Amino acid sequence: MMEINEMKKMKYRDAIRLGMTEEMRRDDAVIFLGEDIGRYGGAFGLSAGMLDEFGEERVLDTPISEAAIVGTAVGAALTGLRPVCEMMHMDFVTLGMDALVNQGAKMHYMFGGQAQVPLVLRLPAGTGDGAGAQHSQSLEAWLCHVPGLKVVTPSTPAQAKGLIKAAIRDNNPVCFIEPKALYQTEGLVPLDDDYTIEIGKTLIERPGKDVTIVAYGTLLAKAMEAAAFLEEEGIEVEIINPVTLYPMDMQPIVESVIKTGRLIVAHEAPKTGGVGGEIAARIAESEAFDYLNAPILRLCGMDVPIPYSKELEASVVPQRNDFVHGVYRLLNRE
Amino acid sequence: MIELSEEILLRMYYKMNQARFFEEKVEDLLKRGIIDETVYLSKGEEATGVVSGLALEKGDLVSMTHRGHAQAIGFGLDVNLMMAELLGKSTGYCKGKGGSLHIADVLNGNIGANGIVGGGFTLSCGAALTQKHKKTGQVVLCFAGDGATNEGSFHEAMNLASVWKLPIVFLIENNLYGMSTPIAKHMNIENISDRGAGYNIPGLTIDGTDFLEIYDVMTKSLRYARAGRGPVLVEAKTYRFCGHSSDDPQVYRSTEEVQQWQEKDPLFRLKKYLQENRVFTGKQLETIEGEAKSSIEQAAEFALESLEPDITTVLEDVYA
Ligand SMILES: Cc1ncc(C[n+]2csc(CCOP(=O)(O)OP(=O)(O)O)c2C)c(N)n1
Ligand SMILES: [Mg+2]
Repeated sequence: MMEINEMKKMKYRDAIRLGMTEEMRRDDAVIFLGEDIGRYGGAFGLSAGMLDEFGEERVLDTPISEAAIVGTAVGAALTGLRPVCEMMHMDFVTLGMDALVNQGAKMHYMFGGQAQVPLVLRLPAGTGDGAGAQHSQSLEAWLCHVPGLKVVTPSTPAQAKGLIKAAIRDNNPVCFIEPKALYQTEGLVPLDDDYTIEIGKTLIERPGKDVTIVAYGTLLAKAMEAAAFLEEEGIEVEIINPVTLYPMDMQPIVESVIKTGRLIVAHEAPKTGGVGGEIAARIAESEAFDYLNAPILRLCGMDVPIPYSKELEASVVPQRNDFVHGVYRLLNRE
Repeated sequence: MIELSEEILLRMYYKMNQARFFEEKVEDLLKRGIIDETVYLSKGEEATGVVSGLALEKGDLVSMTHRGHAQAIGFGLDVNLMMAELLGKSTGYCKGKGGSLHIADVLNGNIGANGIVGGGFTLSCGAALTQKHKKTGQVVLCFAGDGATNEGSFHEAMNLASVWKLPIVFLIENNLYGMSTPIAKHMNIENISDRGAGYNIPGLTIDGTDFLEIYDVMTKSLRYARAGRGPVLVEAKTYRFCGHSSDDPQVYRSTEEVQQWQEKDPLFRLKKYLQENRVFTGKQLETIEGEAKSSIEQAAEFALESLEPDITTVLEDVYA
């Protein structure tokens, strides 16, 4: 681990910008492209000021052409640049899917290891905006089904900075999922410009011995709140954040389940076909299976498009109390 | 210049006012936090939506954009149900599950607003294919923005519609910006109608603030498509007076530019025409305005008084 001296409190959104900015200063091959990212500063104000610092050659406002954004990024990455591109909402990645899935993800392998595609696709995701069915999805499971892609999601400002830097330095296509609901959350962020978060390494966010919760994105904070509440009742929850959703580092999860014998996996994305099912299956295949004292519980989004009404919207994704009740259930306390 | 009947002009003036009041009401509700979901307003651009809606024949279909309130009013949707949908109420067009971006009345030919920029092009091809297949004689009016014509789906839809001679009129509301990006930065042509040539589709550019020109060109274009001659691409130059969305600082344009376009306010132009040609008296105009305004006040009341969707309905309607 690097030495971390100075820290500054900042928003998740600003931490991503700081990470991108540092990498663009460090390496001239890093370019940034997307819709309305220049003078406007991005739909969420994330890239404010970057055009002024790096100019139009490196901060490129594109037409509304997602297929061209992703395809151009793949082509540029293949030939020596290190593009970072932004989809205004993760939902629009579906328009760039051909270049990502059929081209970028496979090139290194398909070309016998001779090529590399170092690109980062930034994907603002999830609910909380009242933006409805086409602007609120969490599509990570689609991406986690494509060998050759890496899929990461930071849950705190510090992770956001460290992970965007690691993603930019990585020599593979990295899908970087940013839950929009976290943009305004604050936390201490290391200012060290070599601070990175290792891709492919699962983190233990909170140690405990009674129940293991695997959560990421917006649900990490909700799980942490539930754990703090349960602590008052003498229940010790261990919280694990995979950070890299694909390929996932399972060992810390396996070890945790061996210790606690109880597992909850959680995400906002719909339950069916989700990343949580994959984690549960891997636990079932592992030596941890023999240690399970209760069925594995998945706390996930409902299998439904995201509704517009804010009340309905909140009802389709797990909340803090769902974690509390889930833990009770696994401990037979309900 | 074409002459419009008093009856059409009356409906036009009423609906243009309705559309303007609707947007102003929504602005107000946004400011008061009564709506805090995603909504895009079309203030300043109402003429394209309203007037082309009036040029449709009964049974024609429409595909709307994310900036679709005036388009919906032109088509004849009920402002009560629209407003209720914006407030996420159970009485809205989509039972509060869709929102402004997904207002639709499919059984009556409105195949929906769209949150995906450019999403309507190919859907319109499908809707037009149905008309052709069933020999209904109906036409699909497909709205889109200037920015949307840079999506790949535009190319695929234009080509397909041309080759299959599909009955579609594509109406591009060119408000000179795609979000914050001025047209000069996102395409290298001045007139989007030029794009029609690449597909052998007639392309026309019109003044989107001039109701007469819109009505004239849209009527002719719809007739052309209805006759089985294939699609038409109409580009209407227009301008949005408000921000792209409710939190748009509008750093990308000058107040002078906004003012210049405000002088061409389509609602004002229509009113001026009605006054100068003495179609209606001042008093009559006032009455029409008043009725339009009160219809929107009523819509807001209806929406505010409507029930929130019952939480137990959240899993309903996933499958037909
Ligand atoms: C596929 C897709 N990309 C990006 C967006 C985000 N977005 C919403 S509206 C908009 C601008 C659209 O510009 P234009 O087509 O000119 O329509 P206008 O907003 O000017 O009416 C953008 C980029 C989106 N909704 N869908
Ligand atoms: Mg536009």
